[in-house]
Amino acid sequence: MIHSLFLVNSSGDIFLEKHWKSVVSRSVCDYFFEAQERATEPENVPPVIPTPHHYLISVLRHRIYFVAVIQSEVPPLFVIEFLHRVVDTFQDYFGVCTEAAIKDNVVVVYELLEEMLDNGFPLATESNILKELIKPPTILRTMVNTITGSTNVGEQLPTGQLSVVPWRRTGVKYTNNEAYFDVVEEIDVIIDKSGSTITAEIQGVIDACVKLTGMPDLTLSFMNPRLLDDVSFHPCVRFKRWEAERILSFIPPDGNFRLLSYHVSSQNGYPVGYRSLVAIPVYVKHNITFREGSSQGRFDLTLGPKQTMGKGVEAVLVSSQLPRGVLNANLSASQGTYTFDPVTKMLTWDVGKINPQKLPSLKGSMSLQAGASKPDENPSINIQFKIQQMAISGLKVNRLDMYGEKYKPFKGIKYMTKAGKFQVRT
Amino acid sequence: MSASSAFSDEKGGSSSVGEPEYGHDPASGGIFSSDYKRHDDLKEMLDSNKDSLKLEAMKRIVAMIARGKNTSDLFPAVVKNVACKNIEVKKLVYVYLVRYAEEQQDLALLSISTFQRGLKDPNQLIRASALRVLSSIRVTIIVPIMMLAIKEAASDMSPYVRKTAAHAIPKLYSLDPEQKDQLIEVIEKLLADKTTLVAGSVVMAFEEVCPERIDLIHKNYRKLCNLLVDVEEWGQVVIINMLTRYARTQFLNPNLNECLLEEGGESTFYGSDADQDEDEDEDKKDEALSKRKPYVMDPDHRLLLRNTKPLLQSRNAAVVMAVAQLYFHLAPKAEVGVIAKALVRLLRSHSEVQYVVLQNVATMTIKRRGMFEPYLKSFYIRSTDPTQIKVLKLEVLTNLASETNISTILREFQTYIKSMDKDFVAATIQAIGRCATHIGEVRDTCLNGLVQLLSNRDELVVAESVVVIKKLLQMQPEKHSDIIKHMAKLTDNIQVPMARASILWLIGEYCEHVPKIAPDVLRKMAKTFTNEEDIVKLQIINLAAKLYLTNSKQTKLLTQYVLNLAKYDQNYDIRDRARFIRQLIVPTDKCGALSKYAKKLILALKPAPILESPFKDRDHFQLGSLSHLLNTKAGGYQELPDWPQDAPDPSVRNVEVPEWTKCSSREKRKEKKVEKPFYSDSEGESGPTESADSESDSASSSASGSEQSGSGSEESEESEERSDSDEEEEEEEEEAKKRKTQKKEPIEAVQQSESEQSSEEEVKKRKVSIPPPRNVSESESDDDDSPSDSSQDSESEDSESEAEVKKKKKITPPKAPTKPVKKEGKKEKKEMSLLDFDDFEPTPSPQVTPVGNFLSSSLVTDLEGLSLTDTVLSPATISPSGSLKSYELLHRITGEGLWVEYCFSRQPFLPDPHMVAVQIQFTNSAATEAKSLRLEEAKLQSGMRVKEFPEIEVLPAGESATVVMGVDFCDSTQAANLQLCTHSRKFFVSIQPPVGELMTPSFMTENEFKKEQGK
Repeated sequence: MIHSLFLVNSSGDIFLEKHWKSVVSRSVCDYFFEAQERATEPENVPPVIPTPHHYLISVLRHRIYFVAVIQSEVPPLFVIEFLHRVVDTFQDYFGVCTEAAIKDNVVVVYELLEEMLDNGFPLATESNILKELIKPPTILRTMVNTITGSTNVGEQLPTGQLSVVPWRRTGVKYTNNEAYFDVVEEIDVIIDKSGSTITAEIQGVIDACVKLTGMPDLTLSFMNPRLLDDVSFHPCVRFKRWEAERILSFIPPDGNFRLLSYHVSSQNGYPVGYRSLVAIPVYVKHNITFREGSSQGRFDLTLGPKQTMGKGVEAVLVSSQLPRGVLNANLSASQGTYTFDPVTKMLTWDVGKINPQKLPSLKGSMSLQAGASKPDENPSINIQFKIQQMAISGLKVNRLDMYGEKYKPFKGIKYMTKAGKFQVRT
Repeated sequence: MSASSAFSDEKGGSSSVGEPEYGHDPASGGIFSSDYKRHDDLKEMLDSNKDSLKLEAMKRIVAMIARGKNTSDLFPAVVKNVACKNIEVKKLVYVYLVRYAEEQQDLALLSISTFQRGLKDPNQLIRASALRVLSSIRVTIIVPIMMLAIKEAASDMSPYVRKTAAHAIPKLYSLDPEQKDQLIEVIEKLLADKTTLVAGSVVMAFEEVCPERIDLIHKNYRKLCNLLVDVEEWGQVVIINMLTRYARTQFLNPNLNECLLEEGGESTFYGSDADQDEDEDEDKKDEALSKRKPYVMDPDHRLLLRNTKPLLQSRNAAVVMAVAQLYFHLAPKAEVGVIAKALVRLLRSHSEVQYVVLQNVATMTIKRRGMFEPYLKSFYIRSTDPTQIKVLKLEVLTNLASETNISTILREFQTYIKSMDKDFVAATIQAIGRCATHIGEVRDTCLNGLVQLLSNRDELVVAESVVVIKKLLQMQPEKHSDIIKHMAKLTDNIQVPMARASILWLIGEYCEHVPKIAPDVLRKMAKTFTNEEDIVKLQIINLAAKLYLTNSKQTKLLTQYVLNLAKYDQNYDIRDRARFIRQLIVPTDKCGALSKYAKKLILALKPAPILESPFKDRDHFQLGSLSHLLNTKAGGYQELPDWPQDAPDPSVRNVEVPEWTKCSSREKRKEKKVEKPFYSDSEGESGPTESADSESDSASSSASGSEQSGSGSEESEESEERSDSDEEEEEEEEEAKKRKTQKKEPIEAVQQSESEQSSEEEVKKRKVSIPPPRNVSESESDDDDSPSDSSQDSESEDSESEAEVKKKKKITPPKAPTKPVKKEGKKEKKEMSLLDFDDFEPTPSPQVTPVGNFLSSSLVTDLEGLSLTDTVLSPATISPSGSLKSYELLHRITGEGLWVEYCFSRQPFLPDPHMVAVQIQFTNSAATEAKSLRLEEAKLQSGMRVKEFPEIEVLPAGESATVVMGVDFCDSTQAANLQLCTHSRKFFVSIQPPVGELMTPSFMTENEFKKEQGK
């Protein structure tokens, strides 16, 4: 299936290659570079590029292209999903997935890739199994290793691969047994010029960090499971149980993992957005105009909270791609700082926290190219924010129980709402 | 070696940045000669006795390999360490060995014996890793050794080693294709493996080595279906794709009848359904089913669909896509809808995933638009999307456009036109053009909108609009001469060649609509001719020719002038065209023949272009495949075969000893357990999915049902005897009557012509029972497959169950009812269904139609009852063994060995008519007995009531017990939360009813029904 993998950095250098079958010359990447040149933006490089003898399937993450070389028919998503899994694994191991981190840990990277694919077919992709095979590098271990010459490779043989719960390693021991669950919801919205909502959807995930001894069997139930319209699970979740009782029952992997992703529907079974019942926590008043003939434009933006159930809206960041004709922006922010990049025409305003008593605003003028006619297009405004301790859909975890082990674990659940793709058209 | 020096340059740069730990590396300067020096140094390290030095050396070597540097000269020094004790050194040596063995075949052989020893190791993981490395060494000489190793490993005790063997098969095959036959033997053996670990890998090997040997799958088909949920995700993808192909060769097209019947009406039929949930979907499906000739899905086909469906919830996009394509290619139309939601979910994923998913959605929307219509807004475009995603979303939106939603879509398009991304704007204009051609009502609106765009400041936008307007105008030019005039003016400003060419073509083509302007345009064009682009020049020549033919007085000289200019053009196409046109239109004495027809040739009516989606007909490629994405056949692509005309023999999939059913799928187990007590006396199930089986179930159950219903069975006997004697006449009568009733009740007639007919028959004689429709359709289905067979089957079943009846009640002579079945069986199948009705007394208890109702009920009663029950219970019509769906109340693990399931028995709950009967089954799988099982009400919603079942005092280990309790759900689908108590523990459980289970069947006359309906 997957023949070879090339890692290409943003300046177009191949800094790592790995072959699972016979060696494919790195000149095959020339086709990729060609496509890269043709694309105006880095993300516009087609994920699948046919070449005379091979097919190149690539993903772009952290400004690194992961280019897989394929020789024959294989579902493209199979490869793409795998490459993303590789990136996730690197991130898990090194904290970040950057060119420097990969180069620093090139041996571990190689060992990982060796275990993840056998002859191009995925072999061990569960992070729990991989960690048993190859210990992630920590500062301490690196130091010890350089002094004693010991290894990162696990001494004991991986038993996880043989068990019925391949995602969990055996013999886990903790002194503090704890299980944390983060319910994180992202709200995707398009608001049109007049302020009415065109689409609004909530996508949520439950990320877990479980550090429990032995083989715990957990169940997690919701106060209002009916909210969840569409769900996808980590393989550990027992699907039948969910179908029958709407309870998440699972033997968790050790460490961090994504238990569940979901989509919240409105009450009547329609997909959200059909009848928008999603509460939108922020409103925007905007007035961006360009006058014909004059080389000035007005810019006026005010943000305010709404439907936040008393929780504060934090980490607000507004960004907008202004039209090409704008030369400079002369604005004043009532709070926070703004920057305007005259090259990319990107306006960003770091607002911080919204104070409901004194709404943040950004006002001023934009200077346009002299003589140029007024731009046709109006910029759209993208907003990011965070609301702690609230899940905007109202989803609530009812209880978390543990079976199969005797001790009492410490349990914690945290809620958070974030802006996903929150866009206001002007 | 120039390449390697280039590498070392590059390496010099990177190592100074990225590898501080190798900073002391003397060669990091990258001078060519020092490469050798450094290698000497590495050799020394490798030869030393210290593991730490070896490790250090190996790490540096691997880092060099990673950067693509050639380290092959170190081969001997490295391979010596293959037997090193240090596990990391060993692993790195393996990495090196696999990378360079091909280049240094002879030296690589030195390492083989180490692996051969490893293959015999008592530790399974060492055996597996030895096999893995051995098979990865691409050296032809060791092919026999590999073959031997694979064969041995294929029968290893450890499933992990067998998995590795499966992985090794394609490696060996690519090394030496001549081993194919032997490898197929190994594959066949491994395919029979019952562990989930092996399944994915061996199917992968199958796909690479012998995808054409579909016959190897037969025996393993059901096993693979059942194991699927538990296979690791990558294996799932491969298996699902393979099974899609398999199903296409083995089963009948479930949509065949629909294709014939409702080719045209399909879009409206579909327009409404996709937003409903599954239950309703099933209902729809049933409507569709009843409309056409009975098609019966092979139970194995159903098994595949059922077992893949949960995987739509997978976190792995590839798995979701695989299931989606399986449903798209295999499922009955009405069921395909379920995949839409999952695919829309994937749109939240990384942009590469979106790209692939959108491509597939675009193809699907052409065939099945209704499926994605409810999710229209999920395809709305954000300014932050990458252009390639925007364009694909636009494609989907265009495909989804219909009369009902076109206004919203156009409004959305309007905002897109203002986007800063001009490529995207151009694509939007194209999309508007396509909407306008497909939906006649908005054509004028679109056209006006596009005309407005002609005054846009961006030339690209204008040009694109011109091109699209030209295509639209071609459809009805006479109405729009003012637009043509407007466009003629644009020639002064517009510079984009394609747009200019389009305008000129338009004016030439419709010069009769703009008789004054056309010659003037030609005049202007003649002036600028020499500076125009080639396509514009060609169109100027065309325009001149057309004007010459229609208006030669004004344009003769101009035409001459243009043709003369063209004659000396640099481009030969233009010179040729000019020569050709001149000969054609200017009559000379030499060539008279063609010029007579010049007008006909040049001014012929041209068909309007059809704006089609580039994704049309892409679905002949298997969706989700690379070939589909590229729209060309990729190497190694296996064609998706067409459905067979006649289904191949389904019995090839029968497995003699269905061991796997015991251990594999939870679901399977569940179903079986429920079925047994329910159909108390059904005998020997050989395999739950075989058709004969399901028939025997239903037959016997209905027979026992009739036994219960005492008087009812007598009635049925009578009718059977009667029908026995004068069936001929009756048939005729029926026909006549049927026609009559159809006129009277067109509504039922559409849906239920078959059941109607039979029920009518019944009505004449006995007005007792409403047969459960599940049985009806199942038996029908069997008849369809093999009429004589099934009738015999049911006969034997019947006689057995009848015998039981006799034992207990001694009412009926055992042979009586079977006779007519046999006779009828050989007749038309409609009559069959009629008799089946007689046979199949309702399973539900006699209270459904009390004897007292005799007189009041009429022909219509049964009709109503039939159609009612039919639609309510219909989801089960197709499912082969899923009689009543059972739900888990208490899981075995949580219940500490006590396993409780419940199902809705669909019978009235006697003690209280408001309650729904819930049948609960306890299974004690613990080692000790469970005592005093009872329910306590925990937290019931207001108004809900529960009638508990009598306490079970003792449930010995390994036994199971079934009880019935009643719950009044107050017509809500809220769950009833209860407490299940044993002697030692309490469990919180909840029973949640699906909507369909809350209804009670009720019977009334047509008039009554209408009265009720009118309320």
